[in-house]
Amino acid sequence: MTVTPVDPTGLPPGGATPGTQVGTAAATRGRWSGLRVSRPGVVLSFAFLLVLLLASFWPQLFTGTDPNAADISQTLRGPGSGHLLGTDQNGRDILARIVHGTRLSLWIGLSASALALVVGAAIGVAAAQGGRVLGAVTDWLLNVFLSIPGLLLALLVIAMLGPGTRNSIIGLSLIFTPGFARVVRGEVMRIRASVYLEAARALGWPRRQVIIRHLVPNALGPVLILATINVGGAISLGSTLSFLGLGPQPPTAEWGAMLSSSRTYFSVAWWPAIFPGIAITLAVLAITVAGQFLQARLEGRNAR
Amino acid sequence: MTIALAADERRAGGFTASSARSIGLAVLRRVGYAVGVLWGAVTVTFAALHLKSGGIIDAIIGQATVSPEVRAQIISDYALDRPWLVQYFDYLGHLLRGDLGHSYNQGMDVTTAIGDQLAPSFELMAAGVVLALVGAIVVALLTANRPRWIRGPFAFLEIVGVSVPAFWFAILLLTVFSFQLHWFPAIGSNSVRGLVLPAIALAVAPGGTLAQVLRDGLERALDEPFVTTARSRGIRETAVLVRHALRHALMPAITIAGWLAGAFLGGAIVIENVFSRQGLGTLTVGGLGRRDFPLVSGVVLIAAAFYVVINLIIDAVYPLLDPRLRPVAPTTSGPANAAAASITSTTSPSPSATGADQEGDR
Amino acid sequence: MTPDSGTATGSGTASLEPAVRPGGSRTLVDVANLHVRFRLGRRAVDAVRGVSFQIDAGQSIAVVGESGSGKSVTARSLVGLAGRGAEVRADRLVIDGTDARALPERRWRTLRGRHIGFVLQDALVSLDPARRVGAEIAETLRAHRVVPRAEVDARVIELLREVGVPEPEARAGQYPHQLSGGLRQRALIASAIAADPALLIADEPTTALDVTVQAQILEMLAARRRAGTALLLISHDLAVVSQVADHVFVMKDGVFVEHGPTRQVLDDPQHSYTRQLLAAVPVAHARGTRLSPQPGGPVAQPRAVVGDGVVLAARNLVKTFALDGRRTLIAVDDVSLELRAGETLGIVGESGSGKTTAARLLLDLERADSGTVEVDGTAWGEIDVRTSARLRQHIQVIYQDPLSSFDPRYPVRKIIAEPLAVTRVSRAERRTRVLELLDQVGLGRDVLDRRPRQLSGGQRQRVAIARALAPRPRVIVCDEPVSALDVSIQAQILDLLADLQARLGIAYVFISHHLGVIYHVSDRVLVMKDGRIVESGDVERVFREPRHEYTRGLLAAVPTLDGAALRPPVEPRATVEPQATSVADNEGAVA
Repeated sequence: MTVTPVDPTGLPPGGATPGTQVGTAAATRGRWSGLRVSRPGVVLSFAFLLVLLLASFWPQLFTGTDPNAADISQTLRGPGSGHLLGTDQNGRDILARIVHGTRLSLWIGLSASALALVVGAAIGVAAAQGGRVLGAVTDWLLNVFLSIPGLLLALLVIAMLGPGTRNSIIGLSLIFTPGFARVVRGEVMRIRASVYLEAARALGWPRRQVIIRHLVPNALGPVLILATINVGGAISLGSTLSFLGLGPQPPTAEWGAMLSSSRTYFSVAWWPAIFPGIAITLAVLAITVAGQFLQARLEGRNAR
Repeated sequence: MTIALAADERRAGGFTASSARSIGLAVLRRVGYAVGVLWGAVTVTFAALHLKSGGIIDAIIGQATVSPEVRAQIISDYALDRPWLVQYFDYLGHLLRGDLGHSYNQGMDVTTAIGDQLAPSFELMAAGVVLALVGAIVVALLTANRPRWIRGPFAFLEIVGVSVPAFWFAILLLTVFSFQLHWFPAIGSNSVRGLVLPAIALAVAPGGTLAQVLRDGLERALDEPFVTTARSRGIRETAVLVRHALRHALMPAITIAGWLAGAFLGGAIVIENVFSRQGLGTLTVGGLGRRDFPLVSGVVLIAAAFYVVINLIIDAVYPLLDPRLRPVAPTTSGPANAAAASITSTTSPSPSATGADQEGDR
Repeated sequence: MTPDSGTATGSGTASLEPAVRPGGSRTLVDVANLHVRFRLGRRAVDAVRGVSFQIDAGQSIAVVGESGSGKSVTARSLVGLAGRGAEVRADRLVIDGTDARALPERRWRTLRGRHIGFVLQDALVSLDPARRVGAEIAETLRAHRVVPRAEVDARVIELLREVGVPEPEARAGQYPHQLSGGLRQRALIASAIAADPALLIADEPTTALDVTVQAQILEMLAARRRAGTALLLISHDLAVVSQVADHVFVMKDGVFVEHGPTRQVLDDPQHSYTRQLLAAVPVAHARGTRLSPQPGGPVAQPRAVVGDGVVLAARNLVKTFALDGRRTLIAVDDVSLELRAGETLGIVGESGSGKTTAARLLLDLERADSGTVEVDGTAWGEIDVRTSARLRQHIQVIYQDPLSSFDPRYPVRKIIAEPLAVTRVSRAERRTRVLELLDQVGLGRDVLDRRPRQLSGGQRQRVAIARALAPRPRVIVCDEPVSALDVSIQAQILDLLADLQARLGIAYVFISHHLGVIYHVSDRVLVMKDGRIVESGDVERVFREPRHEYTRGLLAAVPTLDGAALRPPVEPRATVEPQATSVADNEGAVA
């Protein structure tokens, strides 16, 4: 779980002092210092995400080599001539395997986050709308799942269902579901208490229209941002599961699995240890930067 | 992000408490809730065992080979020939007696297996926590509200730290400092020297998050009017930071403490694996490979208990940091009336909002 | 205060300063041509553009201006706290004999607190909420080693007593949120005067306070001044400063447009902006007249004839809230009212009086426990959803903070058109109606595609009014519609509301804590306290001959432009404060 938690309900009351300060200070933060990353960083991140997208759909654009073509005469060749990033212990081209592994690595992150979003949002809405008892029960249930550290939860699921791509996605999504449930519930409750929702009621909109026109669209922003940032977290954790040998099984090209399969050779060859990791880190970094950028923009918009 | 609702709960519970007795009740409620969460976690692991494809008996045995006699023994021990409800209460009964089950792969009780590995894991986590905490606080204090050229690089490093998967960062450290430079022992050493790289690898991600949250909190606090007031008294900037701002910045950091605890535990599992260190992580991953279900569920329960205790501590720390969260003692002058008037004030425009625009005057 | 370039050196000032200045007047602050610029990225904002003034020992001066005039920045520059990214330049900036230009931070610290005490508005956020009141005051004492370490605690108690905090020993151990607004502000002032500075700067010291508490704080500042401390009062409120200051500077867009002895500025303003400010204050003589200058515009006509038709009637409204299982709060207690077409009913009361809850009941945003509300003869509650939606077209609402009442995603065009969408008005019709409404509220078409956040406070409130007008309502409930606005903007909005009423015959329920505003807009008025109507009647009658003791207390506490001398505190007021304290002591319990 390498995500900055985004949780509007998680802010303790002490953090934001109730008060009158508005105007320049807050606005300034939103516009300038609130962005945790620089503008060129954001541009680079979005550019890299585009590259990743291209690589997952058209890997041929980046490499002509077959990722699974083993060549016993070419094992553990260093980066350079012939193989830009070197070869692994089976003589397979590392660059080709990274490029072809993009799709699966991204897919694991995306689908885990999406699954968590759908399930979490449903729970969150139910908890927000369902009165006190249901709210308390969901709260308890979420706490139960949160009480188990993310990685262990995934390990428990895999212990139950067995290793593999599908099961690791299920395990990962379980980690992120409580976060979504809380954000959705918090957003719904925050917006429901807002003056603009009351104003919409005062205009005469029936309940359903108020929900469709004001509640849902306003709740969507923070939820989608959390989803974005969680994709990064899910890619990171997904690669961890793969590294532990619990995700996609060999000889599938996937970043974490690549690291897993050549770990015995790290002491003699550094390149199979480094390059797939750089791919994971850059992907997660780009998504995190993009997510935090979107978050800062949304906060800037909603700040007074 | 883990204890937000617990905090809400505490607010609701804490504030209506109006005497020492009800404070005691509130504490009792808190502990009761914690036990409830733990019970939930137990139930989840029980359910996981029973939802597992294949026979429960095979799950318990894992890949160990056992004689038919032992097999029969297990069936009667776990009441596997009885209805599932009986099995469930049987399971709870075992747990209440401190019996986490028997690992047939390890050939010993789960309690013993975990107990043996607790110390090295604790050592690693303690080192990581200290590193992350000290690093984050120092970085946050030094970079909050500073010029871009100071703040920027650190902010970038934090975001990288948050993004890099702990296991790969461990591999990176290992490759560079052990395999290439030979500065640190590579594998399996439980010496202090051998602790350096794993602790760094463990501290990076939570430390990065913590530094982000702390600096954010510091910068928010430094924008508050009470900081301007404090400065106008002529006190040192260090005093402003430490005496006034840090306290407020710690609140959001403590809010994520429960989540951080989980991050450290999860991180330790992977990092032990990479460095081939002794500890819970190696035990767990090994157990997973051999389908040692009793062992894995035992670790899960220990972790959940850990989380629950951390959150109880957090709950106790909140009011220490922010007096506004402390229970209110009743006033002598007609408490009902007084509270009544103040409720209305929440529904009518607050007088402070009246002056809202003045602050924008600069 | 002796302005550099001015002629008004103020004989009044001299006469108010008796011979308490041995060796001639000591100049505490001497500023010449002060400039403050803020750099935000590539943008630069000149907040202060060349102001000059002096403050002598024992003087009391005020800087008056609206939001963005630069008055706060000017004050903060005197303690070296102009803010992040501020560039301060001046020909002369002398603080108590020290040249403060390019003063290192370390030297600033010896000036702050010791030579100049600084009080910000609203002590709830200006005192560290996590520290005890006593510790905050002690901080000043320790920073400047005013008294020996061992005597700090005793001195804190003494200071609290000096500023009129009852039971100072107990209060020193409390946190800001446990004190009432008035006591908090006193404690804040105590921390500012702890090192006995010769000059006390108070930036909007009473803005967040109820009117009765405000009067007490002003009296306290005046007492401080009588004891020899010089005062620099920053305020948006001319009436407030006229109570305490003997010299006034009027600031606009970073410069002083006018200055002089308080009486002279108030009685014979020279600059058009000062005149505009004075005219904008809704005081007694301005009733029924236009508050804002509007070239060519008609002076508000006499009100449209009040019709006989009752458009809104409430009978015996009661609303209670459950606090916790056992206790309940009666927010609105037996409130009845009637509103006729085209008239304005003012509801006045201090915070917590239940006036907003009453408004919510009228709008059926909250259902009363008992009692009925009828809009145009139809009662809420006995009707189906569709009828209720139609009924809502007749009664609209304007909030204090328009921004929070707009969907943050909507542009102005969509906000104003939304009530029309409810009744399924066709798209083309909507477009023409929106343009028509823009004209009515005096907004240009350029705002149509802007988001409310990009508009000024006054523009936002105009958008809110346009939205309320859209379905052609009979009644608009205005809940503190001008409380967050500067006085000149407030004047424009009040004038606009009056014009619309005259033209369209809309009836208003006008809720405010501001007695001047209520007096200006209302035909009839209800005074609320603790959920009850304590007095009601024709506005003239209530304001001229208040019958209820509470109304009399409220009116006596209002600062007015005439009578620079602070009136002696009214007797019953002494009982107000402790009572308010116990209220605030429990505030945390439910906030």
